Amino acid sequence: MSSATLAKTTAAKKSGAKGKNFSMDRRPGFLTYGLLIAFFLGSTYPLWYSLLIGSNTGAVFASTYPPLLPGGAFWTNVAEVFNTIDFWGALANSVLVSSVITLSVVTFSTLAGYAFAKLRFRGRQGLLVFVIATLAVPTQLGIIPLFMVMKEFGWTGSLGAVMVPTLVTAFGVFFMRQYLVDVVPDELIEAARIDGASMIGTFWHVGVPAARPAMAILALFTFMTAWTDYLWPMLVAPQNPTLQVALSQLQSAKYVDYTIVMSGALMATIPLLLLFVVAGKQLVSGIMAGAVKG
Amino acid sequence: MSIMTNNASDATGDTVPPGEPTPDATYRAGDPVQEKKMRRRHRWGQFDFKYSPYLYVSPFFILFALVGLFPLIYTFVVSINDWDLLGGAGEWVGLDNYVAEISSPLFWNSLFNTFSIFLLSAIPQLLVATFIAAILDQNIRAKTFWRMSVLIPYVVTPVAVTLIFSSAFDEKYGLINNLLQTINIDPVAWKSEVIPSHLAIATMVNWRWTGYNALILLAAMQAVPRELHESAAIDGAGSLRRFFAITLPSIRPTMIFVVITATIGGLQIFTEPKLFNPSSSVPGGPEREYQTTVLYLWDLAFNRGDFGRASAVAWMLFLIIILIGLINFFLSGSIASSSEGGSRKNRRQQRRAHKHAVQMAQSKIASNRMSGSNVTAGEKGGESHE
Repeated sequence: MSSATLAKTTAAKKSGAKGKNFSMDRRPGFLTYGLLIAFFLGSTYPLWYSLLIGSNTGAVFASTYPPLLPGGAFWTNVAEVFNTIDFWGALANSVLVSSVITLSVVTFSTLAGYAFAKLRFRGRQGLLVFVIATLAVPTQLGIIPLFMVMKEFGWTGSLGAVMVPTLVTAFGVFFMRQYLVDVVPDELIEAARIDGASMIGTFWHVGVPAARPAMAILALFTFMTAWTDYLWPMLVAPQNPTLQVALSQLQSAKYVDYTIVMSGALMATIPLLLLFVVAGKQLVSGIMAGAVKG
Repeated sequence: MSIMTNNASDATGDTVPPGEPTPDATYRAGDPVQEKKMRRRHRWGQFDFKYSPYLYVSPFFILFALVGLFPLIYTFVVSINDWDLLGGAGEWVGLDNYVAEISSPLFWNSLFNTFSIFLLSAIPQLLVATFIAAILDQNIRAKTFWRMSVLIPYVVTPVAVTLIFSSAFDEKYGLINNLLQTINIDPVAWKSEVIPSHLAIATMVNWRWTGYNALILLAAMQAVPRELHESAAIDGAGSLRRFFAITLPSIRPTMIFVVITATIGGLQIFTEPKLFNPSSSVPGGPEREYQTTVLYLWDLAFNRGDFGRASAVAWMLFLIIILIGLINFFLSGSIASSSEGGSRKNRRQQRRAHKHAVQMAQSKIASNRMSGSNVTAGEKGGESHE
């Protein structure tokens, strides 16, 4: 077949698959974009509102109409936030706690997920069913004995106590297993084995490179979840607070000054907003991939 | 080269060119030290092959048993004792804590609040998320930008969300009551009445999670085979009709998945009601208007020091969540099988009908392509003639 006819048939295929009258391929009209803009405004207005309140004085907050533009009091309010809570210390705590949890979850999930997806061993099926069953178990409800144990060991108030309950997740193992089961061909592992590679060598040279995209997504979501957590860190280490706990302490007084609370909420949101700018695309594709994989 | 596996002899057999003596034979004949080394390697290889998988899964299982499973089970032990924060383990009281909680109006109040907030968030969220997903599931420009934009609320933490909305719902000066007053509606007592406070808290949950769920549903919509849409379109179905007849039934499993995850999370809601009204000395509102079950158990355990009864609450909530999960599971199973048809014969017929429809659609598409290629060929021909 000559290249000319090949080009012709592919062109024909294209025009056939994307028929002119098929509405799925038509660009949608103004209504769609109007709605998309409305969703966008709905998603961002609360943050904008926190900037409006956080950059104005209390008198402006109390007036009937919300201000339309940010005022000039933002840095005064932020200074007040720094006076009230140890913002940078809490930020450092959050970074440390979330990083350690992420490292642990990703490492152990990849190891276990790889074993479940690609290695044969007695009891594999049963153990995997156990992992899936525990996906739906609300482990958060075990806080009372966890707290008792931490107190017994004298760990309360330490960041270690904050990290311990979430060092592994059933979700992580399941997620890595689902990803690796399709991505790594069994023949590749068999070949590495026949070539004399050790099991850990095969894992390191075949499993990990293949798992990298899923590891990145798992890391992103684990980090977000750890960063967001409030109940457990508030309970076990209020004197050594993470950012969320410190933030909540901004409004613990009898009289709540919303201008300070708002500027604090905004300041505390900036780290994750930065993460979103860098990795938002990955977050979107991670959520969408997770949905299809189930 | 590292360690030989139990297939070592086969492997060397494969790699050695025919005609040459096998290395096995030379080792056996010549060097006993080498032979010993080989055998040790061989044995280690087998050991490695057999037990490594357990080594890889064990960190997860050991840690999970310690920090996930043990606390959950030990909660039950605490719940059948008269246990308190300072005094430690008291005497065994059997199911007394459970009886006390089941007859406590505060426990039922917390359950009512939890379910009310959950329903007020789950139902609108599912509807709106499906709508947003359908809007995003079009051939729009700047797809990634719009997808990312609905996910922005997800990166605002629940604590920050609560602080922001707590200000907006402030009864005296908040944005919402201000706006209501400008259109001559009386201010609403968002923080001290039952239904308004539930609405306010559900709004926070909805704001943070709707876009996230919309993306999950969008992924499911995009996995619907295009042929189905095309064949329906050829049969004259408009986009609205196709949405209800094709898209919605196809994404039902994903919708059930969304509902199950929303249930597990929603029934454990804590941060939002805890921080919604800091000036209330009772957690969850002056009259416990929005004291959810986890907030109630936290108050019981760590403010009032009654670990025994708080553990009983934890276990009952645990059972409720598992029960609802199971109901969801079986419900979704029966929906799936009923949509496929009851009897096997019926199902086979349906499958055949479906196959037929797809074939029809494909042949129609193919004929379209053919006619399309004819047209292009004709045009090309015309050009070449000129």
